[in-house]
Order: sequence, then structure tokens, then C-alpha cells
Amino acid sequence: MTVKEIINKYGNKRENLLQILHDIQNQSLQNYINEKEVNLLSKEMKIPVSDIKGTASFYTMYSFIPRGKYIIRVCESPPCHLLGAQTIFKAIEAKLGIKEGETTKDGLFTLEGTSCLGICGVAPAMMINEEAYGNLNEEKIGKILDQIQEKESN
Amino acid sequence: MANITINNMKVEVPEGTTILDAAKTIGIKIPTLCYLKNVQEPGSCRMCLVEVEGAKTLQPSCVTQVSEGMKIHTNTKKIRDTRKIILELLLSDHPWECNTCDRNQDCELQKLADEYGIKEVRFQSVKERLPLDESTPGIVRDPNKCILCRRCVTVCQEVQGVGTLAPRARGFNTIIAPGQGNLLSEAVCVQCGQCAAVCPVGAITEKDDIDKVWEALDDPNKYVVVQTAPAIRAALGECFDLEPGTLVKGKMTAALKMLGFNAVFDTNFTADLTILEEGTELLTRLKKVLVDKDKKVALPMFTSCSPGWINYMENFYPELIPNISTCKSPQQMFGAVAKTYYANKIGKKKEEIVVVSIMPCTAKKFECNREEMNASGVKDVDYVLTTRELGKFIKQAGIDFVNLPDEEMDAPMGISTGAADIFANTGGVMEAALRTAYEIVTGREIPFNGLHVSSVQGLDGVKEASLKIDGTKEEWAFLEGVTVNVAVAHGLGNAKKVIEKVLSGEKQYHFIEIMACPGGCIGGGGQPRMTTDEVRQARIKAIYKEDEGRKYRKSHENPAVKALYEEFLVKPLGEKSHHLLHTKYSSKKD
Amino acid sequence: MSKRSIAQILVGIDGNTVLSGARKIKTKLITEINKQGLSDQVSVIETGSIGPINKGVVIGIYPTGEMYGNVTEKDIAEFVQEKFVKGRPYKKLLLEEKMQPEIDLKTYDSRKTQYFGRIVLDNCGKINPEDIEEYIGMGGYQALGTVLKEKTPEEVIQIMKNSGLRGRGGAGFPTGLKWSFAAQEKESPKYVICNADEGEPGTFKDRLIMEGDPHRVLEGMAICGYAIGANTGYIYIRGEYQLSIQRLEKAINDAEKLGLLGKNIFGTDFDFKVKIKMGAGSYVCGEETSLLNSMEGFRGEPRLKPPFPAKSGFLSKPTNVNNVETLANIAPIILNGAEWFKKFGTVDSPGTKVYTILGHVNRSGLIEVPMGITLREVIYDYAGGISSGEFKMAQIGGTAGDILSAELLDVALDYKSLQEVGHNLGSGAILIMNDSVSVVDFLKCCMKFFMHESCGRCSVCRIGTKQMYESFNRLEKKEAYFDELKNIEELAKGLNLASFCPLGQSVASPVLSAIKYFEAELSEGINPNKIHEPVTREESGIVFSYS
Repeated sequence: MTVKEIINKYGNKRENLLQILHDIQNQSLQNYINEKEVNLLSKEMKIPVSDIKGTASFYTMYSFIPRGKYIIRVCESPPCHLLGAQTIFKAIEAKLGIKEGETTKDGLFTLEGTSCLGICGVAPAMMINEEAYGNLNEEKIGKILDQIQEKESN
Repeated sequence: MANITINNMKVEVPEGTTILDAAKTIGIKIPTLCYLKNVQEPGSCRMCLVEVEGAKTLQPSCVTQVSEGMKIHTNTKKIRDTRKIILELLLSDHPWECNTCDRNQDCELQKLADEYGIKEVRFQSVKERLPLDESTPGIVRDPNKCILCRRCVTVCQEVQGVGTLAPRARGFNTIIAPGQGNLLSEAVCVQCGQCAAVCPVGAITEKDDIDKVWEALDDPNKYVVVQTAPAIRAALGECFDLEPGTLVKGKMTAALKMLGFNAVFDTNFTADLTILEEGTELLTRLKKVLVDKDKKVALPMFTSCSPGWINYMENFYPELIPNISTCKSPQQMFGAVAKTYYANKIGKKKEEIVVVSIMPCTAKKFECNREEMNASGVKDVDYVLTTRELGKFIKQAGIDFVNLPDEEMDAPMGISTGAADIFANTGGVMEAALRTAYEIVTGREIPFNGLHVSSVQGLDGVKEASLKIDGTKEEWAFLEGVTVNVAVAHGLGNAKKVIEKVLSGEKQYHFIEIMACPGGCIGGGGQPRMTTDEVRQARIKAIYKEDEGRKYRKSHENPAVKALYEEFLVKPLGEKSHHLLHTKYSSKKD
Repeated sequence: MSKRSIAQILVGIDGNTVLSGARKIKTKLITEINKQGLSDQVSVIETGSIGPINKGVVIGIYPTGEMYGNVTEKDIAEFVQEKFVKGRPYKKLLLEEKMQPEIDLKTYDSRKTQYFGRIVLDNCGKINPEDIEEYIGMGGYQALGTVLKEKTPEEVIQIMKNSGLRGRGGAGFPTGLKWSFAAQEKESPKYVICNADEGEPGTFKDRLIMEGDPHRVLEGMAICGYAIGANTGYIYIRGEYQLSIQRLEKAINDAEKLGLLGKNIFGTDFDFKVKIKMGAGSYVCGEETSLLNSMEGFRGEPRLKPPFPAKSGFLSKPTNVNNVETLANIAPIILNGAEWFKKFGTVDSPGTKVYTILGHVNRSGLIEVPMGITLREVIYDYAGGISSGEFKMAQIGGTAGDILSAELLDVALDYKSLQEVGHNLGSGAILIMNDSVSVVDFLKCCMKFFMHESCGRCSVCRIGTKQMYESFNRLEKKEAYFDELKNIEELAKGLNLASFCPLGQSVASPVLSAIKYFEAELSEGINPNKIHEPVTREESGIVFSYS
């Protein structure tokens, strides 16, 4: 959908901004909102660009720089921290060769830290895009990432 | 009325009074940083917290209203400790460069740190350096010094409706940033400088051009003339701790002469000239519309002397370009006349002359750098200093400003009328134009008490007036019985309101005055801080006083302007005028 | 109504079990039951969380109540063979605990029995949350019908006031009183907002309620709408809660189709629509005024109060904001009466509380218990004790909550008892930590969370949370200043007193309680020889005098 179509879907009232931003980002292959889209939003919704960017940058789910097709978000909050979130980070960093905030060269994965994902029952936990994964350990992470890589190489 | 106690003292104040204002009535100043009366009361800097008996947490006094029986404490240990913590936290997140800061000794944070006796900061500085933003001619932003009070955001978004600045990111990483990037030049900024005018610290200032002016004055081959905008004389005194509204035209002239300017002139001179050009332009447009039925001529006509307004129009309402008076602003008319007419008169080449402007305005720094502003063949106005910069300039030269004797400005471009004085405030250009236009058309003085169009005076955001014309002179007979409707708006947020009504057809006017800054130029982005509404009123009052004390109060009476036409320009809207005094606009909207 | 069989296999499908393949197992079970020709006698039902967490896919059997954990596809054939053909428990995967048996809540009095029943989670794990008829079969929407046909809005509010229900989002404000504020307002439209922005680390009760029994939340919202005079409800939900969003969307659609939401509900002239708004990753949006800003499409920064949302909330209209769990309590209270509700819990905090128990315990998970049980009971009776090592401390109420040491194991977990010892109950997360946990490392993690989630609006929280993090960072490296703890304590108090909203204020909770109980351990990070390089007025440039 074009930006205009997405706006029309919800209406150009300010209260729909977050939902519109979600939709714009979701259809981006690189999981981000680009400058042109912000300009268009500004024009159609009559909100200054600074305000749109300022609002979106308040929320961790939006990005203005291209990210991987898969966003790995590892929970860093205390319950996961206690049960080994740091080892999860290290395992992913080792496996993919990227640090927190970075994207793999092939554009497949971006690694991010996040606050509680609400799946503490299976800590340590992470989400890859909209899928949640819990009770993680090094081995499990390896499998999960292998599966995705395999799927993508086909 | 509510009966309350503050620090065990009984106070009676009207219901709805804030604790901050209630305390003021008994001489207690509660510290504030983000608060700015009539602009924002966000309660977010937390400096103004006070104890209210019965409340669980401390209360922000700038927004908390008193209620009957309230018991308030403003200086308990809890409060003093809290204020110290807040100040130390702010200082830990602030570069310690007070001595080299533009706001040294004029900084709200520094002042509070002094008042609260902060001798040590218990928190380590953890701030990362961010680059300066010097990308525009008028404004410099130093994000490192920003304390995130957001006054600038409020004036930019809500008062001006421009929306250049907004808070970006969150928590400790929050910054105030323009547009989508980090540079003002990459965003839509009209350079009005209202952000700089409200900044409590040194995070937003005008670009300092003092050294360039020193350099010009030091150069023996340059003939440096200075023009001072009408709004300066009612505000410059504040740089020297004089009361707002103290008229200092004579002292200012003396100081400028002591600084070494070869001639001290007045932007008022070209303000009068503007009225003749713009008044004639208006009458011509009326004739073309009413008599010739020329569809290409647009009404209402908008004034063009405020460069912030012009920037705003080009970015947001380029469809109004046909409606904007083609007259340059008085500053630019001055430059063009000084480097041609005046240069000839004194036998200098235009290249030898340096024109310095003293302006209440940061957008003037932008304006003088516009490509089209070189009618004389070179840059018409070389440097612009704000009122604040002039204050510093005078201090740098060690001049005892307050005790200077009054001096007169130089002829011919220092000669002006009361109509030019009132250009300084909202409604002034309109009043000056009507004084002249009415008289041209009818041969009689405008039929108002003291020549004042009182309905367009004052600080209401949008003002209107109607004037029925009768008893016209023969050549203006087509205006007989016509009621001329005019509107005045100041502050771009108010301008937008008027424009929308005009575009929608809800309102029909013939002539509209727009000033980018609230209050007009007396409230300009380059004026001494803080320009509150009380300060605006005081400056406006001073300006009208200046006007009323004048020998000439109508622009067309200015003998020097008459001479300019006789000797050089020939007639308003003539060929020379067209070349030197008028300009074009272009859309900057994408 | 769906047909009830002789035996039912409940497959708990929630955010956790889906990851372990719960959906595939459900399919496989159906295939296997059919294969054995048992489909008349045994039905397979999808439901929300059954209770045990960390046990992979969990299935439960009605009416016996036995539960099986870590079920994999490979086990299914053998399981069906053993359990339903041979008729004996399948020992390999049998869990120790049993599902909570059905009880007659109308005659139940928690103080007379050791068994703790469910109010909020009554249906969770029993019904298929995606089948509205099952909810109706369990008495769903009866409360709404009763209210619309037999009670005035004032009567509804009076029932809520009488019940003593307090908000379950953490602050514990009396729900009936809150409703009465919005009800008083003359302006319209009014809004009911369900706060489903559950972001407190360790808290996921709202998610399980929404996933397991979404209609109960909708019914609570509609009753609230009727009581305060609102015709529109919004659920503001975390963007991360995809399954909840899906189930709520379906529930809204289904309820509208049956005339239980939408126009002329139950044939009365009461209209009530529910819409969903998604958050985008911000903890502070759980604070009700930040939530309103976020719903309006602005930065999720808190607003000044007053005006309170009841007067000027969403789009500046009268608005009532309640937490998911609070709303899930409404229908049972209406159906059973305020007096019944007060039989649960304590005099001051009636009703039950849903807790999530996490950390170093044998059985982490979700329990709904009456207010007033002790921490010791939570750990040893419900969570099966400490998983390894010794109990060291617990953090109650999420990251913004207090840290309790072993000396408080027997304090009753209700608002009042905790307040008496200087602590707060908070949102319902209980994080149990054994003696392997370093207090410094744990607090540093908490501070990182606050620093990351601070909105940046007020100066104290914006800079204070950063400084807190830096302090604990130094303590961890054993490079802290000689007076670090004193500074931490002063800063914590400052944050508590001066912060704009509860986020900054609550930083003090874990910090001050940790200092109270673990000062000695914290002091180990101090280097007594490390002094501040003094930054004086001269160096800082604050050298001047004003005339």
C-alpha cells in the first residue's frame, strides 16, 4: 500500500499516527520508515516532520534506519537477566557476528535489546519479528537462527 | 478569594491563582526554569516544587492552584535539598563553559546555581558532545547546553505554528532537534529567533557577527554606516538594566558614534519610504481591481517588512506570493539607497560603503544574505547585529551607556517621522500606511484621535479595522464611499488563522499586516531576554510616546524622503524604485 | 453451545506454549482421538494458559484434573492409548500439580478453607477463548444483561463501591470511586479505556487474561461504559502482544455479531463499541496520562494532573482508565454481588490477586490467590520452593517494586500490611532470587531499565536515572566513590519526591529497599580511597556575582 492508502485506511487524524507508522514500517522490507515517507505523512496529516520524527523516535518499535528482515529483540529486563539474558546476547553475537544495534551484512538480522516482552514465564526470552521464543539457551538459539537462515537461502 | 498560608504567613489571593503567583504577592520568589508565563507551564523542570500540607508528593507551584485553607511551604529542608539535587543533575548534564558562553551572567541556570550556593556537583558528568548547529545565517544551536525545558519547542510549534523544533528520542538521550535531521538548514525554519528569545541558557543564540563589524570599523578604507530599527530604541536599555520601555534613542546614537561608525542613520528613514511605496502600491492595486477589473491583481495585499513572515509565506503559503507587497523591507531599502543615492552624495563607491544594521531580529541576518538583495550591485546590507549583540558591542567598547548624553542621528538618512517609529510594534505599519494613504486619497488627516488606529493596537492576536472613505480627491474618486477593511496579525500562529480565513473566503480584507513575532518587532527574536507580555506592553507604550513627541508623524511629511524622490527616485513605484526598492518571492514549498 | 463430552482434553495455547508447538499438538490429538474412534467421548478444546509455565506444552484433562507437561508430538499416540484406551494416567509426562477443581464460588469462603479459587482466571484454561459460546456457556455476558435491564448506572457504581475492588494496575485506587468521577462529568462523548500496556518486567497476567478469556475483559468494559455513560471503549495494548490482539479482535467481532457489543445491546438503547489501539514500545505508556498521549498519537509523556482523565482524558473528554485485571473482576462482582466479593482477601483489599511468580523457584507461573497471603506461602505452597540454593530476596511488583529480604517472608501481601512495613504491593510480579544473585548486578539491571524507559520530560528522572545507572555500574566494578551509597540514597529520595510521574518516583523503591536490607553487600563495591575530583565553582565556571 502507498502511504496515502495507509492513511486513508485509518483517517488522517493525529490519534491514528502510531498505527499508521506501524503499517508503514511493517510493509518495509528493511523494517524502517524512510525520510520520504515521513515527509508524505507530514503533508497528509498536517503534522510537522520534526513532530512525527520526535513522536516516532519516542517508541522503541520504530526505526529510521534500515534494519534486517528479521529483528531479534532480546529481553534485557530483570527476570530474563537473572536467568541468563547476557549469555543469550553473547550466543547471538557469536553466531551472527554482530553486536547489539547492528545488522548482518546480508541484511537478514538486526540484534536489539529490549525491555520486558511479557513472556517472562519462559525467561530468558526473545522475539524475532512477531514470533516469541523462550527458555533459550545457546543450543536452542543456534537452531532457531539456522532454521531462519535455511528458509531464507531457499 | 482563597485564604491560604505560605511559610506560616497568611495570604489572601483570588481562587485559581497559582502558588507561584500567590507567593510573589508576599515577596517570595519560587525558582523556575521551564515556566514561561503565557507560553508554557509544563511543570517539568521541577525547580518550583513546594510542599503542600496533606499532599503525598511535592507540588509544582507554577501550575498548582491555591485552594481555601491550603498550607504551603516554599523553603523547607526537603525542598532545598530537592532543588539542589535538581540543579546538580542539570549541571552534570551541562558543559561547564560558563565563562565563554554567550549567556554568561545572563543565564537562568547559572543564576539559580549561584542563588542555591551550588559549590560542588556530586554527580559526574556523563554527557557526550554533540556538534554545534551553525548551519543557518541567523541561529546557532548548541545541543550540549540544552536543559530540555522545551520553551523553544512550545514557541516554535504552538506560538509560531512553524514546527521546526521537536523533542527527539527519549530519556537521557532526548534532544531538541529540527526537522528530520540535525541541522536547521535542512529543516523548514523561518529564522524568527523566537526560540533564541526564550532559551533560558546558551543553547540557542543568534549568530554572533560582532567581530565582523569590528573588522569593518578597523578598516580605514571602509566607510561604515549603521541603521537602527525602530524597535531598538525601546529595548536596548534593558541590556544595561534600565527598565523595559525606557527610550534610549539619544544614548544609542551617542554610543554608535563613539563606536566609530561614520554615519549613524535610522531604518525609520526607509520605513517612511516603505509607506510611500507600499501605500502607493495598495492604492494602485485597489484601482486595478475596482476600476480596471484586472483579474491578475491580487487582493488583499499583505505587508512584506517582516523577513520571518516572508520566509514563512514562501514555505507554507506560496500561493499568496501575488498578494505580498513587492516592497523590500525597510532594512533592505536602506542598504540599496545607502549604496547608491547616499554613496553618490558623499562621493564614495558602493564597494567602499559597509552597511551595518541593528535589528531586533534574527531573520534579518537571513534576509540580508538573500541572493536578490544586491540591488546596488553589491550586497546591500553587509552585517546585521541584534539588539542583544549591540548591547554586548557597547560593553566591549567600555562605553558607560547609561550615563551617555543624548545625540541626534545624522542627515539625511537619520531623518524620520513618528509613522516610522510605530513600525516597531504590531499594528504600526497598518496605522502608518493608513495615515498616509487616507491623506493621499482625501487630502485630509485620518479622522482618528491622535492619528491612532486604536483598534489595530495592542496584543490581541488578530485585530481588524474598517475605514469608510468619503470626500475623495478627484483622481481617487473611484474610492468614494468604499469601506476599506484591514487586518493585523502578529506571531505566525495568528497569521495562519487570518490566512486560512482569507483563503476559505470567510473574511475579505483589502490590506493585511503580518509580523512574524508576537508583539511585532519590539518582541523580535533578537531583543533582550525575556520578552514577556508585560515587557512587550512597556516597549509598545514607549514607541507610541516616541511617535507622539515627533514634529512629523506621517511618512509623506518626511523632508528627507521628499528630497530623495526629488533628487533621485522621481516617484513611488517609478523605474528606480522598482529596481532598488522592490523584490520578488519564490515558493520554497516542495 | 458447544457439545460437552465425557472427557475433555484442554490444550493451553498462549504466548509461551505456542512456541513449543501447542497448535500442532492440538491437531495431532484430534487426529489420534478420531483414529481411536473416541471422538464422541473425548473432545479436544483449545484454551488459554492452564497454569504451569516453563513446562512446555501443557494439557489438562477434565474432569479428573490431571495435567501433563512437556508434551511433544511423539508422545500423543502413546498418551491417547494409555489414557483413553487403557484408562490410566500417562506417567511419563504427568505433572505433580492438578488443575484447580471447579468449585461453587457462591458458597465459597476463602478464610474457611485452604483452597484458593479463581475469580479473574475462572475461565482461563477451561474454555476456548476463541469461542464466544463457551464464554456464554460459563455465564458470560449475563452480568452485562442484568446491568442493562435491571440496574441504573448509579446502582452499578454503588455495587462497585460496595465491593471494595481496587485497581489492579499497581496504584490500588478504589474502582467504584474512579467510575463515579467519570460518571459525574456532563461532557460527552466519554471513553472507557482498558489499559493493556502491561510493561512491568515480570508481569504478564494481563496477557494471559486477554489470551485466555478475552470476553470477560470486553464485558467489564461494556459494564463500565454503561455505568459512566460512555459508548466507546478502547483497549490500548502493547504492540508485542500479537496473540492477545488477535483474540481480542475476534472476540469483538463475535460479540458484535451476537449483539453483545455494538448497537442496542440486549435490545436496550445502550450502544458500546470497542476498538484496539496498539502501543509501540514504551513502558511509561502504562501510566494513564502517558497512555492518553500515546493514544492521541503523541509522545507517551505523562500529563499534569489535574485535570484528571475523568474530567479531561482521551481527546480531552471524560475518560475512565482501568487495568485489564480490574475489568476482568467486574462481571463476577455484578453476578455474585459485592458481599460475595468481599469474602475473598482482606477487609482492606477484597478479592483475589493474580501474581506471576518468577525467578529461582521450582514452579514459575501464574496464580490467583486472595489478598493477604504471605510471601512464604507464595514460594513454598505455590511455587514449589526455591529451585537451587537459598532464598535471598524477592522483588514484588516488578522492577518498580520493593526488594524484600528473608526477614519479610511472613508479611501478608496486601496493600495495607505492606504499607505498614514501608513497602508496596505493585503490579503482581513476584521475582524470587536465590543466593547466587548479586544485589549490585540486579539493581544495575533495574536501573538500566529505568534509564531506558524514562520519557525525558522532567529533569530529575531524565538525568537521575542515568546517574543511578552509572553509580551501580561503578559499584559493580568496585570503583565506587567513598560516598556513593549516600549519594545514591539522596538521589533516590530526590527522584521519589520530585519526579513528574510514577516512573521516576518508583526508582526509589528497589534502591532504598535494597539499601535497607543489603547495605553491607552494596558497600563492597566501594573503593574507600576514591574521592570525587572536586568540581568547584571556579572550575565549573560558576564564578560571578549579580548586581
